[in-house]
Amino acid sequence: MIELQINGETRQLDIEPEMPLLWALRNELGLTGTKFGCGIAACGACTVHVNGQAIRSCVTPVSAVQNTQITTIEGLSAGGLTPVQQAWIQHQIPQCGYCQSGMIMAVSALLESNPNPDEQAVANSISNVCRCGTYPRISKAIAGLIANRTDTPFVDATAEASV
Amino acid sequence: MSISRRRFLLGAAVVGGGLLLGYASTRPSRQSIANRDYAEDGQTFLTTWLRIDPDNIVTVIVPHSEMGQGVLTSLPMMAADELDADWANVRVEQAPATDLFANGVLVKGFAASMGFAAPAFLNRTMDFVTLKAAEIMNMQITGGSSSVRFTGEMGMRAAGAAAREMLVKAAAQAWDVPASEIATRNSRVYHEASNRSLSYGELASAAAQFEPSRSPVLKRPDQFTLMGTSVPRVDIPAKVDGTAQFGIDAMPEGMLYAAVTTSPVFGGQLQSVGNKDAALQQRGVVRIVELSDAVAVVADNYWRANKALALLQPVFSSTDADNRSSTDIFADFDAALDNGERFEDVVVGDAGQALASTADVITANYRVPFLAHAAMEPMNCTVLFREGRCEVWTGTQDNLGIRGRVATVADLDENSVTVHPFYLGGGFGRRLPMSTNTIDQATLIAQQFDVPVQTLWSREEDTRQDYYRPAVSSRFRAGFDSSGNLVAWENAYIGKNEPVEAAHIAYSIPNQKIDYVESPTHVPFGAWRSVAHSQHTFFLESFTDELAWKQQQDPLQFRLSMLANKPRHARVLREAADKAGWSTPAPAGRARGIALQESFGSIVAEVAEVSLTDDGRVRVEKVTCAIDCGRVVHPDNAASQVESGIIYGLTAAMYGQISIEQGRVKESNFHDYEMLRLSESPEIQVVLLESEGASIGGLGEPATPPISAAVSNALYALTGQRVRELPLKNYRFLPPPVERGAVDA
Ligand code: FES
Ligand code: FES
Repeated sequence: MIELQINGETRQLDIEPEMPLLWALRNELGLTGTKFGCGIAACGACTVHVNGQAIRSCVTPVSAVQNTQITTIEGLSAGGLTPVQQAWIQHQIPQCGYCQSGMIMAVSALLESNPNPDEQAVANSISNVCRCGTYPRISKAIAGLIANRTDTPFVDATAEASV
Repeated sequence: MSISRRRFLLGAAVVGGGLLLGYASTRPSRQSIANRDYAEDGQTFLTTWLRIDPDNIVTVIVPHSEMGQGVLTSLPMMAADELDADWANVRVEQAPATDLFANGVLVKGFAASMGFAAPAFLNRTMDFVTLKAAEIMNMQITGGSSSVRFTGEMGMRAAGAAAREMLVKAAAQAWDVPASEIATRNSRVYHEASNRSLSYGELASAAAQFEPSRSPVLKRPDQFTLMGTSVPRVDIPAKVDGTAQFGIDAMPEGMLYAAVTTSPVFGGQLQSVGNKDAALQQRGVVRIVELSDAVAVVADNYWRANKALALLQPVFSSTDADNRSSTDIFADFDAALDNGERFEDVVVGDAGQALASTADVITANYRVPFLAHAAMEPMNCTVLFREGRCEVWTGTQDNLGIRGRVATVADLDENSVTVHPFYLGGGFGRRLPMSTNTIDQATLIAQQFDVPVQTLWSREEDTRQDYYRPAVSSRFRAGFDSSGNLVAWENAYIGKNEPVEAAHIAYSIPNQKIDYVESPTHVPFGAWRSVAHSQHTFFLESFTDELAWKQQQDPLQFRLSMLANKPRHARVLREAADKAGWSTPAPAGRARGIALQESFGSIVAEVAEVSLTDDGRVRVEKVTCAIDCGRVVHPDNAASQVESGIIYGLTAAMYGQISIEQGRVKESNFHDYEMLRLSESPEIQVVLLESEGASIGGLGEPATPPISAAVSNALYALTGQRVRELPLKNYRFLPPPVERGAVDA
């Protein structure tokens, strides 16, 4: 049995310890907001938070994230849209939308851990692929989020508090 | 297909106490192959529908797929504007892809699928069917940048205007006042003189008694209230909280997952499969399915299916193409261009004679590789066969086409197939119905089960089993007369593709000869965002730039000098150049390049400003784009489509390369089929231009073609190195500029 803490709930799963978290989320738990893009940690579509940090779930075996707080896009907005999600609406960012769960998770974790990332820090940590080319709007949204930062957390507050 | 069969139909009915208004057009598909395979009697139908319910909710049903282009917002806006509907009370639904085929069953099936009794259906011939409409209709799936310019302009607006007229008539009758005294706004009808008003919902069923007008009066642009504004897109909220459902997210009860390996060499057949026992013993594995050219493992979890698949040892037959490489293919192209039969594309004047009499003939050979689409959502399709019926869950650019395809493969009547539409995680031409290998596999695999099976491709399979943008070689010769006028343009290229005008030039050159030569390859090809424009604009606009430098003319002025008869083109060029600061020198270490193209009814000019990294790679700092798309329906969405098109084209220019080795595709995933990322994304400025009286142009594709030439031209200005083959990742550029103007053919 694998026990996972996902979006504040304890889930028992009879699965192989080496199953990537992505497929446990999508196929076993029906949490389809986390997307499959490449399977080799090369696109970021599968990004989720583990203890508030962004990880690529397609290459993360479930055995490695037992006893952690896992947050998916479904859990991120459980208490209402976060500032990042609101900025995504304000800047009308998503096109096809497929990459955006991962983008939002990656940007949220970055801004939570680094209040004022410079261009290089953003470039280094947001290496997610968007085939629709929403990058220019994402850059503007990130700049706005940095400039207008409030106390509202960027990641699921319960997941971070428990670290 | 004759024009007369492309008819428009319009009908109204009382349904559920409200008004249901339908509009349809025959819809020959984009390519003849689609027509042949998917359309009955050469025609299929698209419908647009408007429903007004007694509670005053207006529902617009959109017959196109949402793949990020904003069609679920822009089309309803067009209907709602003509209807004078209150946008806050407009709902949007995607049309179900059931029973929409063929004249008689069109409305009946559609209304039935929404739970209504079949309304009487009235055949009408809309008066505004013009030749132009017929021409546009040749591209009428979600593709060809056609949704707004055709379905919107001809369908949505007409439906909205016709419904408004019917509501006004109903109010006039109810109040016994002349229709001319009646005004409409915010989903209500007003008679100001008597201070009376009624909601559309209250009038809907009375309005449905009237016949919709054959030629409803459309608004003038100055009367628009929604068109031209940037209302928030209706699909975005679900795309920020993870609730948007893509094909891959379908989870019908009891679903199994299929992972597939297809013959890596196109055309190879499956001969045997080794190590089946080991695979079958893996946890969760249900069955191994052998298809003619592929093997699949079906399991209760995709990861398990894929893991077991890796244990199999499939053997595929050898083919004639087993030793073919990209090098061989380009050598064939050269041989064909040297000796192959030439087919005429454009002949103006006598280019051969003109070239013979010019002192200096400029020649250049260009080429570009195959490209994959690499939509973010890997190809997938979920199919269930049960009790003689079939259900399909997938995101596709043509739900009706997919229904037809599944029916054909499964040998079922189309009416036995139900397609559930989903959002597309990227289309770009990959999810068109003529590119059906995933659909065919999913159908054949699921046929062996009585539970739903999702066939999901790995990224590797997605990259290696695409319908690729064709590789193309293109050769040019040009000549100037003694006063420096460009008098001859000769171009020969490989492979005529769509759209037919892709290799045609806007510039007035008195002698032109454009030919093509066929040199088929074994690599499957399909439509790739902007289709043949993406290759040819690189060729045409790079070579035009070569000619400008050769004459030591400013690339902008050189182009303008040949556009005296094309004022819209000239304006777009000037506008892009102005906004990019063309007349002022670029900042130190940077240079600018410009390119122009008309495609899908829109005219686009782009200026790229580039610099070099320390290791000699190109960095695109800034792109300024001016686009004249006739009229802008949704400015913010228009800008976002243009930004998207530029990034898509820029990714191809910088990284795009699918190589054939030993008959198969070498690249497999994002590590070797690289993508532009945030860190390399340029600042993009978009200038939207309108042209009064011009028909609406496309937006999803036209921004893609010019960017590769704009960047290459900027690189030439910066380094003196002319790029005649993409992608740019294969080059290291050397600053500072060497002597310019030399054309090293
Ligand atoms: S699917 Fe995990 S990084 Fe691409
Ligand atoms: S919005 Fe389509 S891939 Fe990013």
